[in-house]
Amino acid sequence: MALEVKDIIKPENLVYAKTKLLTERMLHYCPGCTHGVVNKLIAEVIDELNIQEDTIGVTPVGCSVLLYNYIEIDWHEAAHGRAPAVGTGIKRLRPEKYVFTYQGDGDLAAIGTAETIHACNRGENMLMVFINNGIYGMTGGQMAPTTLEGMKASTCPFGRDVEHDGNPLNMTSIVATLPGTCYVTRQAAHTAPAVRKLKKALRKAFENQKDKKGTSFIEVVATCSSGWKMNPVQSNKWMEANMFPIYPLGDIKDV
Amino acid sequence: MNEEIIIAGFGGQGVLSMGKILAYSGVMQGMEVSWMPSYGPEMRGGTANVTVILSDSRISSPILRKYDTAIILNQQSMDKFEQTVKPGGLLVYDGNGITRHPERDDINIYRVDAAEEASKMQSAKTFNMIVLGGYLKINPVVTMENVMNGLKKSLPDRHHHLLPLNEAAIKRGTEIVQEIATV
Amino acid sequence: MSELRLMKGNEAIAEAAIRYGVDGYFGYPITPQSEVMETLMDLRPWESTGMVVLQAESEIASINMMYGGAGCGKKVMTSSSSPGISLMQEGLSYLAGAELPCVVVNVVRGGPGLGTIQPAQSDYAQAVNGGGHGDYNLIVLAPSSVQEMADFVELAFELAFKYRNPAMILSDGMIGQMMEKVELKPQKTRMSNEEIAEKYPWATTGKPSSRERNIITSVELDPYAFERFNNKVQAKYKQMHKEDVRFEQFQCEDAEYLLVAYGSSARICQKSVQLLREKGIKAGLLRPITLFPFPGVELEKLAGQVKGMLAVELSAGQLVRDVRLAVNGKVPVEHFGRMGGVIHSPEEVVEALEKNFLKG
Repeated sequence: MALEVKDIIKPENLVYAKTKLLTERMLHYCPGCTHGVVNKLIAEVIDELNIQEDTIGVTPVGCSVLLYNYIEIDWHEAAHGRAPAVGTGIKRLRPEKYVFTYQGDGDLAAIGTAETIHACNRGENMLMVFINNGIYGMTGGQMAPTTLEGMKASTCPFGRDVEHDGNPLNMTSIVATLPGTCYVTRQAAHTAPAVRKLKKALRKAFENQKDKKGTSFIEVVATCSSGWKMNPVQSNKWMEANMFPIYPLGDIKDV
Repeated sequence: MNEEIIIAGFGGQGVLSMGKILAYSGVMQGMEVSWMPSYGPEMRGGTANVTVILSDSRISSPILRKYDTAIILNQQSMDKFEQTVKPGGLLVYDGNGITRHPERDDINIYRVDAAEEASKMQSAKTFNMIVLGGYLKINPVVTMENVMNGLKKSLPDRHHHLLPLNEAAIKRGTEIVQEIATV
Repeated sequence: MSELRLMKGNEAIAEAAIRYGVDGYFGYPITPQSEVMETLMDLRPWESTGMVVLQAESEIASINMMYGGAGCGKKVMTSSSSPGISLMQEGLSYLAGAELPCVVVNVVRGGPGLGTIQPAQSDYAQAVNGGGHGDYNLIVLAPSSVQEMADFVELAFELAFKYRNPAMILSDGMIGQMMEKVELKPQKTRMSNEEIAEKYPWATTGKPSSRERNIITSVELDPYAFERFNNKVQAKYKQMHKEDVRFEQFQCEDAEYLLVAYGSSARICQKSVQLLREKGIKAGLLRPITLFPFPGVELEKLAGQVKGMLAVELSAGQLVRDVRLAVNGKVPVEHFGRMGGVIHSPEEVVEALEKNFLKG
């Protein structure tokens, strides 16, 4: 006898449920995008730490601009690159709240470089999540500060020429040198073990705020299947082969 | 009563603080006051000037072209402001470093050799208070009591031990001011 | 208890901010307004009222720190001078787009470019037209005395919160640097986080189970929805023109010629009116206190009475455009003003009025 769907969907058969703090909104991200996984992990950590009422998130300009639609917390949508300054304002005036910013590579490492470095240097007691996929996704695949040498994008269609465009900028290594940061790590979200590690890092970063340790900075090396013009599986393979050597995973600083 | 004063000299001579003490004295006397400095690079040396207005009624423009009184502390300021004194007005100056003395014959001119006196008192910083004393002797727009109250308000608490020295300097100014010409 | 002090306009802003119960100040040094932050740092309000004072890495950062703080329902302010205010325009557009109250002080200096550090009124057009991208306006107050520098901190916050819109105190190097007698108001208590959550239900105070999540944002992907938003914002500006126009008249009752000037220039023009009257010329002065909303209705009324109007401003002619719009050709409107940090004297204004209306 064939098993019917209605026979399968039963509470006793539940093996996985949507995170409570995720809203019912359908994600606008492309298939295979890393954002969705990271968004979910943040929601899980906030839920598990039971800090929904005490968390304020700051969204950027870029693909994750609409992140505020997906997690059931209070949100502040910042101008392009300004999330660390907005986060600073929130945290300074509500120091008992958990504050995190969520930015892409264009937002954090190009237009918002000054805000990023100075927030880290002041040791703002908040978490900065940095999604690095080496490309501008939202605007249609232009070169990012983190685009790899030789990597193609719509504004470097023949590949990034470091003579002309400069070298990929490694913001995570830069902020690790600043005394204000307490925890700087580079993670990924392309495999189950990577997801588990990233979640652990996120949890630690939120806990650091409780202990007033300074700025926690988590880079997530990510894919952009649409921008890279590959399918998700190819994207992950390409990331492992090309991104990881330049942006190696692991903790850079943990004080 | 409406007294419009320009105080001008080198940065570092205490031009701005003399103006502030005068203005604060006016406040203590219940007057309307304004203190408008020339600001900017002048603050770091070079010439400095401040317009102080003391009045019984609401003050309109804090920036003026003509003054009732000019207090002049160097040659550049003499050149710039001698002609801005209203006819019948007052010019008080320190003779130190002045190579061209005032030439107007339609204003009252007084001289107070404050730089010389300050070095006699072995306190260069009392210079501006000696000048102030000289001016107040000729034109007592505020009472000495209110000047002391104004001085107390202008100086931070940590400098209040200097009040007697400043009082002595003001008094000395009233004694050494000399008439050059009057109309 | 209120207190009488002699202080600079910039110092008065700082003192008044603390006493009014401002929650946060974020700034970056620039002449001629640096005394604002210097005074705050010296007074250490974080020890008395709990006010946060932070020196940011740029004006871009300070306005965005304010953006974050304003989103929390806090009373936040910054101050700067012309070049720094230009850098803040992006942030101001976002603040207006997110309908957040805040107060920005512009102690104007001569432009364009790095310009001079001397007083000017050449940022008028930027201030009254919003300044950044998009259809929005700031509430713009123009103090013309040190007392008003102090008083307008409170007024600016009251209006900013009434309309959930950024407010600007448009001052200049003259009002910022001059000292006058100021009566400082007694210390008020800052609003508690609980009071804020109750009074400003839109603020990002942390989402309790009792309400939907609050989102501070200025983005809307649906143009029709965003047009509706724009209409709502424009309605606020209409309401401001009905309810919150402020101005001062000086000897206007029998005036045949009207000077129109704000801020420092209005102070100079008061003296000019006096000088003109001594010459037998019946002059008056209308001083707009709110530059946005502009007292256009009042000017239109006076257009039926006077033979000519002279807009006097430390600029090439920015206020004069609003005056002309208000009187709509009913009476000749001329302009006089010095530029680049040069301040006109009361006598020059007299000469300009005579030249424009009484000679030839």
